[in-house]
Amino acid sequence: MRSRKPLALFAAAAFVLAGCSGGGGDASTDGPVTLTWWHNRTTEPMKSKWQQIADDFTKSHPNTKFTIEPLQNEQFQTKVPLALQGNTPPDLFQQWGGGALADQIKSGKIADISQASSGWIGPLAKNADGWKVGGKQYGAPYLMHAVGFWYRKDVFANAGITTPPTTVDELNAAVTKLKTAGVTPIALGGKDRWPDAFYWAYFAVRQCSVDTLKKAVEKTELTDPCFLKAGENLKSFLDTKPFQDGFVGTPAQQGAGSSAGLVANGKAAMELQGDWNPDVMQALTEDKELGSKIGWFPFPSVPGGQGDPSVLLGGGDGFSCTTRAATACAEFLGHLVGDDVQKILAETNSGLPVTPAGVAALKSEPHKAIAEVMTKASHVQLYFDTAFPTKVGQALNDAIANFFAGQGGPDTIVKSVSEAAAGNK
Amino acid sequence: MSAAITTRPPTAPVPHAPAAGGTRRRSRLRTRLELALLLVPALVLFAGFVLIPIGVAGYYSLYSWNGFGPITDFVGLDNYVDAFSGEVFQGAIGHNLIIAVLSIVVQLPLSIGLALLLNRKLRGRTFLRMVVFAPYVLSEAVTAVIWLLMLQPGGFVDEVLRGVGLGGLVQLWLADQSIVLYTLFLVITWKYIGFGVILLLAGLQGVPPELREAAALDGASAWQITRHVVLPLLGPTIRVWIFLSVIGSLQLFDLVWIMTLGGPANASTTMATYLVDHGFKRYEFGFGSAVAVILFIICFLFALLYQRFALRRDTEGALTGVR
Repeated sequence: MRSRKPLALFAAAAFVLAGCSGGGGDASTDGPVTLTWWHNRTTEPMKSKWQQIADDFTKSHPNTKFTIEPLQNEQFQTKVPLALQGNTPPDLFQQWGGGALADQIKSGKIADISQASSGWIGPLAKNADGWKVGGKQYGAPYLMHAVGFWYRKDVFANAGITTPPTTVDELNAAVTKLKTAGVTPIALGGKDRWPDAFYWAYFAVRQCSVDTLKKAVEKTELTDPCFLKAGENLKSFLDTKPFQDGFVGTPAQQGAGSSAGLVANGKAAMELQGDWNPDVMQALTEDKELGSKIGWFPFPSVPGGQGDPSVLLGGGDGFSCTTRAATACAEFLGHLVGDDVQKILAETNSGLPVTPAGVAALKSEPHKAIAEVMTKASHVQLYFDTAFPTKVGQALNDAIANFFAGQGGPDTIVKSVSEAAAGNK
Repeated sequence: MSAAITTRPPTAPVPHAPAAGGTRRRSRLRTRLELALLLVPALVLFAGFVLIPIGVAGYYSLYSWNGFGPITDFVGLDNYVDAFSGEVFQGAIGHNLIIAVLSIVVQLPLSIGLALLLNRKLRGRTFLRMVVFAPYVLSEAVTAVIWLLMLQPGGFVDEVLRGVGLGGLVQLWLADQSIVLYTLFLVITWKYIGFGVILLLAGLQGVPPELREAAALDGASAWQITRHVVLPLLGPTIRVWIFLSVIGSLQLFDLVWIMTLGGPANASTTMATYLVDHGFKRYEFGFGSAVAVILFIICFLFALLYQRFALRRDTEGALTGVR
């Protein structure tokens, strides 16, 4: 399961405790409604959790019933545009926010829930920003995600690495030690392209100031020289050959030979991946003790970079409502970010809760560590492919993947954004 | 139910010896009515699910449209120009052609050889036929995932090669840009060879044994019999196989999408993966439609020309005959 997606930013969320003055809690007055719900949790435990959460909601709100359709991530790319073009779109559906959400709003069928969410959006703080377009709330996250290095403590120890690297120089030194120890330093699922983008994005996040990052997303352009420099830093890093042989053909999550599988089976020492990786790795190995062998550290800082080393790259899973049953839908979204549901979600380790109450309920050590870093982060950079309009984000990912395969340079990556934004194919 | 039908009187009364001229006119009218009645449902379905979508794709292809909101941004043939002038799409067409040519040059002789072999009486023939045909029954997605895993560095394929002393042949099957397309072709061949063999085996059933016997009596060698008696009689089957194979090669998608996503660095992109990558994944539905129309026109032109020049003899009467 690849459950990437958007994330929060900064924010000045006012705690509007005005109650249900808006459309908020008036679903009951709208009469009975059945919400069609498209979510992306096709596997356990989350699939049953969602069913349970919906059933419980129906018990306390007899007027709201659900028709639930779990869909694979990839299906949303094709089904959502088609559904929004038709007359019967789902009432709430998986939403990663950012540029794709901005595209979808043009259909006129996504509900603005700024009013309806005012009673419960406060505790989400910056987490809710990825689902805002033009200052209006067009959905809300229920779990956040963040990218960092997952590493094997046992392999690091064998190679004589005592503390996780905090600078790129230390990372390079660790890579050398791991090579000497005869293990692949870093696994990368280059076939799937999006894992490549994590590297470029983090070099950009470490090189560019938060203001520059925000401006770049706002204007859909990478004109600041720091983005070029990020590509050059990435190039130096790739020149150290830190990845397994043939990484451009390696899938990220399928089989023991995938990047997650290599780490899970001790054949590689680390992988730059999202918080969902422990579950993915566990499914690819017989080793029941894996959980105690892996740790997490944030992407190291880059010497001379303008970027704040506390900034995280991430995203989140959320839902948008369509206009037909927006009131009932928004009320349900409020329920999902409420303490009860957030605590249930925290226990599944399938992401980071969006509210402090949920974060406090986290049990897994690495997830607690990530949540702590995220709470302190001055900014969480939404994955660029999600933050930018879809066509631009995909063009950027392709350019980065080509760069990893030896085609193009730092300038090609930067140019891919301006060209895609200008409509060039 | 059958009782109900048998006891029911015939709905249309049988005409009782009407005047000669009237019969013919009436029966022709009746034929037309019957044709209309029988063909209309099929035609409606064909129009609804084939003709209209093609027309709609043609319409979309003239616009810049991201799939949301009204279609207003008319760009004429720009999408087509963009597609053809892009290196990636040019490469994709080239890859499709390479696969099509390789299919004919490699798969056809292989299929014929296997079919001739499996047509002989030999021990375990049924089992061998099944083995050859089995991969064809697998879905393309399953095939792709299995091979994706087996072709990883140090995976099953590499281990087998090393085990039999051919370690020198080990390659970065899916990661080397100069090899990946041929790796995919090998998997395609593994998957589809069974189909060609079954088709040709069926064709071989149609070769009368008397002809072989007669040729043998005349002193023809086994090779001569195969070359001058069997192969010419297999002609229609081979021509149909080539047709299916080329169309399949042009529309190649599933295997490539799952195994490489068209990568690395577009080294295995096909027209269909390009269409999904640049149409759906980027929300460029106008552009994607233009690519779809190009793919359709290429396939359609090939089909027309092939029907006209290669399949004409085989289909004569079936498609062209009046009565």
